[in-house]
Order: sequence, then C-alpha cells, then structure tokens
Amino acid sequence: MENRASGQHISHLFDEEMENIRNKVLTMGGLVQKQMEQAVKSFITSDQDLAEKILQQDELVNDLEKEIDHECIEVIAKRQPTAIDLRMLISIIKVITDLERIGDEAGRIAKMAIRLDATDYYHDQYHEVSHLVEMVKSMLSDSLDAFARMNTESIASITKRDEKVDREYTSIIRQLITRMMEDPRNITRMLDVLWTARALERIGDHACNLCEHVVYIVQGDDVRHLNAEELEQKIQD
Amino acid sequence: MTEQKTHAFDMASIANTGQSNNEVTDTCIKVDNLNLFYGEKQALFNVNMEMPRKKVTAFIGPSGCGKSTLLRSINRMNDLVDSARIEGKILLDGEDIYDKAVNVADLRRRVGMVFQKPNPFPKSIYENVAYGLRIQGVNDRRTLDETVEKSLRGAALWDEVKDRLQDNALGMSGGQQQRLVIARAIAIEPEVMLLDEPASALDPISTLKIEELIHELKEQYTIVIVTHNMQQAARVSDYTAFLYMGELIEFGSTNELFTNPIKKQTEDYITGRYG
Repeated sequence: MENRASGQHISHLFDEEMENIRNKVLTMGGLVQKQMEQAVKSFITSDQDLAEKILQQDELVNDLEKEIDHECIEVIAKRQPTAIDLRMLISIIKVITDLERIGDEAGRIAKMAIRLDATDYYHDQYHEVSHLVEMVKSMLSDSLDAFARMNTESIASITKRDEKVDREYTSIIRQLITRMMEDPRNITRMLDVLWTARALERIGDHACNLCEHVVYIVQGDDVRHLNAEELEQKIQD
Repeated sequence: MTEQKTHAFDMASIANTGQSNNEVTDTCIKVDNLNLFYGEKQALFNVNMEMPRKKVTAFIGPSGCGKSTLLRSINRMNDLVDSARIEGKILLDGEDIYDKAVNVADLRRRVGMVFQKPNPFPKSIYENVAYGLRIQGVNDRRTLDETVEKSLRGAALWDEVKDRLQDNALGMSGGQQQRLVIARAIAIEPEVMLLDEPASALDPISTLKIEELIHELKEQYTIVIVTHNMQQAARVSDYTAFLYMGELIEFGSTNELFTNPIKKQTEDYITGRYG
C-alpha cells in the first residue's frame, strides 16, 4: 500500500504542525513503553524506588496527552483537514487515550510492587507472569513501530498475539487459583499477582487498539471489533 | 496504481458508498462519454457520470481542470463559444440535450444558471424576478406578484426586500444580489440549477446564507455546483466529482470522498499536497 501521508502539503506550516504532533505521540509512546518495562522490573525485583519513580513519571504522560489533544484541535480548527490528515488527527486523539491508559496500567503494576514489597518478598515466585510480560512487551513495541512507520504489514501478527495473551492470562488465573487452594496464606499475594497479570493483559488490548487506529489512518477501514482473521482479510483487501 | 482513461461512475456504485439515507435516487443528468474540444485543444476527456435528482453534486478541481466547462455543457452555454465542439451525450431525464430537435431556449428554461458575479438587471427588484415570466408572455399582475413573492421567499430574500420591491436591484449588497439572481432563476421553475462559483465573491456570512439556501433548494431542484472552495463542496453537496486536466478522476458520495478518497490524485488535491 502506498503511503499517502508521505507527500508534502503546499503549506509547509501544516506539514510542520502534523510532524510535531506525530513526534509528540511517538515520545509519549516511548515513555509509556519505558514505564511498562520498568513497572514489570520493579514488580519482579521488588524495587520500591523504581516503582515510586514510575508513579511520578505518570504526570509527564498525562501532560503530553493534554498537549497533543490541544494541538490536534488547533490544527482541525485552523486547517480543516480532510482524508488522511483528518483520519490521522482523529485517530491520534484516540491513540493517546490508549497510551495514557497503558501508563495507568504501568502505574497499577508499580503500586502492586510497592505493596508486595511491604508485605513479604519471595523473589523467585513471580515467574507466573514472566511469559506474559515478554509477549505484551513485544506487542506494544511492534504496535508503536507500526504507528511510527504507518505500516500495516505487521498488524495481523500483533493482533494474533493478543489472542495468545488472552489464553496465557486465563492459564495464569488457573495457576493462581490452584496455589490459593494449596495454601490459603497465599491468597493476598496471589491476588496481587492476578491484578498485575490483568494489567498486562489490558496493555495488550491497548496495543491492539493502537494497531486498529493505524489501519484506519492508512486504509480508511474501521477494523474495530473484528476478530484476527477478519482483520487480516481487511488489511489484505 | 494504473489510471484508466475512461472513468465510469454509475448510480449503483455510488449508492453503496454510504449515504446515510436509504432513499432511492434516480438519475437526472447523465453524462455519457463526453469529449469537449475548444478548437484543437481537448478540454474534457471521456467523462461519464450520473447526477442524481434533487441532490447537490459539486465539481471540484484545480483551475483549468474542466469543471466549469462541464457545468456549462449541461445547459449548452458552450454553444456560445464558436470553436467549441462536443462528442458524446448529455441526457436530461433520458433525452439528449444536444439532439437537433432540442430547443436551446427551452433547455435553458429547464436548466437555470447562476454565475460567480451576481448579474442583476438594472431594473427594480420586482422586475428582476418577474423578467423570466414576462419574456414568456405572462403579464397577469396577480400571477406575477405571487411568483415574485414565492421566488424571493424561496431564495431566502423576501423578508429583507419586501418593503422595497421597486428599488433598483443594483443598490443591494453583493450577497443579496446573488440571492436575487437565484430568485430570478427559480421564478421560471427550472428542474436543474447550475451554480458556477456562486459564493466566491461574497463575504463569509453571505456565503453561509447561500449555502443554507442551496440546502433548501435541493428539496425541489437538482443542483450542480462548481466551487474552488473545497470546504464549501464538503458542506453543501451530497456527491462530489473531482476533475483533473479534463478527466473525471473520482465521483462519489461527498462523505466518502472527503474522508477516504479512492484515488491518490483526489487525496493529494483535497489534502493540499503536491500531486
């Protein structure tokens, strides 16, 4: 598929404004990606300082969200964008909501790290989520990459991975329930692990939303609420 | 992407492009393989399109793309240009308007036209609107009064001028003059209204009044509008045709064309990019 956003506008200022907004979205994406990775690290290593740092970073993400929203609205008001420009701006407004929520989920994991540290510490007992972490990390970085390149090629594979993430999440729940039954003293900690797994699963969903927005920007097809096969079909059409 | 020389756009394909209402639209004007030449120079290439009845169709495209030429060919205004020659057909309600049997004056009564610059006659407001009827030989005072009021109301001008119908039309503002010209056009009850840049010489408020008026007029008339202002085309029209260098590049529902055009050339034009 040809990249229709590549040509330059007759108004260079318009180009600059769009480029500036896109760069800020990528900065925000980089920030929440880092937040998520560090949150998981703080959770696994029970690093309370790191967890605190992540919670502070959340403000940066929130500020960026407001800033980008505002700039999108200004461009719409001033330039009456159409076609790909319009789809880009409207999608960006939605993309940054997803990014902000990813930041929130990372914050949630960080809070869990602080709580777990305060209760007890079994550093070798967090492996339940380690596989899930890797899957979600790769989904998020690939979807941010797809956005940066405005490329829909990798999207079908990302959304397929989300189905695996969902299966992994279900299997984690089963494991945790088993452990809770084995020893009721585990319940509090297992619930915290469960919330963390839940946060990771949600981050996977947000990464998928990001992919759907990229398809809409590039092709103009609304692919929300489709299953992986239907989505793959739409991208190929 | 390979560009075809001939672009056919039929109603069936347009009906699928997502106009919100499901009403059945029939074709009012059908352009069938139209080629138009000014002397040696070809101005329109194999244009095929069907304009639906009681809808607004907008032609957009850069200067010199042939949009005004196409508009004018719908009421044979190009007949006035000596070197103009036409191939193909334009069907109005299924009849070829270029058929030898067609009376051009009669055709222009059915297909009214409004130009960029308002051109009221240097007569009273009343006489401007009554003019079309008078040349048809209608002189009955009551008929004239009724038609003048109805037309001025139809052009959203009545309330502004009802107390000064005998004033000279040239004393009106530009926006009022343009609406007067529209009233003059609708007084003879045409089927089709051709608007050639009707608001380009007007201030923003008058422009919005004309756009509002176009929206009301489509209840009764099939409207074809040429505009340089893309936002205006997006606001007032149901269907949009994009022309470039004499070719019809894309024709479809306005909503679809402005959010997700099919052709890259259309996209480049409406987003303001170099082609």
